Amino acid sequence: MSILVNKDSKVIVQGFTGKEGTFHAEQCIAYGTNIVGGVTPNKGGQTHLEKPVFNTVSQAVASTGATVSMIFVPPAFVGDAVMEAAEAGIELAVIITEGAPVKDMQMAKAYATKHGMMTIGPNCPGIITAEECKIGIMPGMIFKKGNVGLISKSGTLTYEGANQVCNEGFGITTAVGIGGDPIIGLSYKQILPMFEADPDTECIVMIGEIGGDLEIQAAKLIKEQITKPVVAFIAGQTAPKGKTMGHAGAIVSGSAGTAKEKMEALEAAGVKVVVSPAEIGKAVKEILSK
Amino acid sequence: MNIHEYQAKQIFAKYGVPTPKGIMVESVKDAVVAAQTLGGPIWVVKAQIHAGGRGLGGGVKLAKSLEEVGTLANEILGMTLVTHQTTAEGKLVQKLYIEDGADIQSELYLSVVLDRKLEMPLIMASTEGGMNIEDVAENTPEKIVTIPVDPTIGFQGFHGRELAFGLGITDKVEQRNIISFAQKLFKLYMENDAEMIEINPLVKTGTGEFLALDGKMGFDNSALGRQPEIAAMRDLSEEDADEIEASHYGLSYVALDGEIGCMVNGAGLAMGTMDTINHMGGTPANFLDVGGSANAQTVAKGFEIILKNPNVKAIFVNIFGGIVRCDRIANGIIEATKITDVNVPVIVRLDGTNAPEAAEILKNANISNLIVGDDLGDGAAKAVEAAKGN
Repeated sequence: MSILVNKDSKVIVQGFTGKEGTFHAEQCIAYGTNIVGGVTPNKGGQTHLEKPVFNTVSQAVASTGATVSMIFVPPAFVGDAVMEAAEAGIELAVIITEGAPVKDMQMAKAYATKHGMMTIGPNCPGIITAEECKIGIMPGMIFKKGNVGLISKSGTLTYEGANQVCNEGFGITTAVGIGGDPIIGLSYKQILPMFEADPDTECIVMIGEIGGDLEIQAAKLIKEQITKPVVAFIAGQTAPKGKTMGHAGAIVSGSAGTAKEKMEALEAAGVKVVVSPAEIGKAVKEILSK
Repeated sequence: MNIHEYQAKQIFAKYGVPTPKGIMVESVKDAVVAAQTLGGPIWVVKAQIHAGGRGLGGGVKLAKSLEEVGTLANEILGMTLVTHQTTAEGKLVQKLYIEDGADIQSELYLSVVLDRKLEMPLIMASTEGGMNIEDVAENTPEKIVTIPVDPTIGFQGFHGRELAFGLGITDKVEQRNIISFAQKLFKLYMENDAEMIEINPLVKTGTGEFLALDGKMGFDNSALGRQPEIAAMRDLSEEDADEIEASHYGLSYVALDGEIGCMVNGAGLAMGTMDTINHMGGTPANFLDVGGSANAQTVAKGFEIILKNPNVKAIFVNIFGGIVRCDRIANGIIEATKITDVNVPVIVRLDGTNAPEAAEILKNANISNLIVGDDLGDGAAKAVEAAKGN
């Protein structure tokens, strides 16, 4: 079992024939992802990576029955692409593109919600169900199948965490990179209960960072609903106030959004909070070896 | 991206948001000419820097004669202003805004910001103008009115009524004025891809009009491509020179005050690396994310920028290759040692895509002050140790 996607998920790629779309779609296909086609306006009818290309998402959905879309279009077109996917009946859009305007994401997310479409990202590594389905840009080889679920705002910390878990002899059910932008799709609050319900997931690793209050909301939810053990790391304990640290959403505004307040809230909710990402693997081992 | 007060007021004027008349100048002589043009009899001489708290720092002063405008302009222009929002070194004042004095009856506060929890813009207003809004929120939260505005419907009449009644405005003309003010402000917030607008104080004049006495604006960097007029307002002299240089190479850099230079891929891992160094008793000298398209040239540039900082006693290169290939980073490190004089120990931890190839490249290069870290914890520990011994 896993969450959100598995080997049977039918996936299309928006921005299929572009440089990024091509490179990563190829990697995903090699990993085993069931990519059934792609969308690039004015290239409909062509074949790319041995898959059909469509002019619109609605044509792609009608022809392939796809339910998931991986979005690689340039930043200025992300909002449009997400709304098109929602309108066409896609159930989950995974938005990899970095640098989408915040206003566009407000509109697109509101529209997606109205159509019952889930979104992941933008500015994220994507989602991977180990050894089944990779929808994103992560290096697939580090994700061995196992019983740890992972949620992270950061791409490279997803890899770091998964790698440590696997090096300790465990593995991953599904890893979700939710992205570091100010407005993102699915977050801890929606994904933690999915892991709670997944019979194969026995432990959850949650990686957050400074800025916003999603981790605080997660702490509240963990206290009330999550019975599985959670290990957490919050990046940016040493980050200065008022400075954006790489991710557009990673900023401590005034006294809000600090690593300290998030770590305290999670600890109070019974989460095993580690002070360095180097300790994620060890903490998981301690829990799962009990 | 942030802009100056005088630039924010240009945008306000374009949308019909009332502000006092003013002129931006860069010399004492022009300050007096500007004051003459405005007519007086009272002027405000205002330092233009990208930081709040200018008044308390001595950068905003009232003049009652043309001579006084000249004296104050001379005093403020060229001064280094230290406020609670600048660094301890402060900011050099290179521009002034000479503004008509306003007939102030009362001072209010008005802002539009992105509420990340609600995922929509939020209008915030308060009768406590001229104060730090965070203090007001802390001490008297009941004095702040908050009105979320769903961007898919825009600013409606009821938003305006919430605002006017929330501020206790009972006069019908004044109600109309504040609603019209907020409506225009919201329109310009949306149309210009602003991230935040803060007017503190917003003043009510003796005739019941509302004027933006101050104006602070920040914009969504991701939207600057479609906002050329806003992008042209960028004042590079207000930003950190090293951060700008780094950005030209696709590097995201923030200077800190520690001793261990960091070069990492990914913002999260970069922060996590700083945290790990700190946890092991060291201090990070910077945040540096080499990004997803790192190559030999960008890595070499990263070294150069890190080494400009004289406090750096060791450099920790921590890469977990996903899209970034470790062999490219290894070549970059070798390249850097050729171009730049890397005179401190360099601890390198490369994992992920093409890590074995990278290890081979580094081994063959035989660089004397290079230390290999096996994993994140080991690398950070070695960096802390190297910095102590150096």
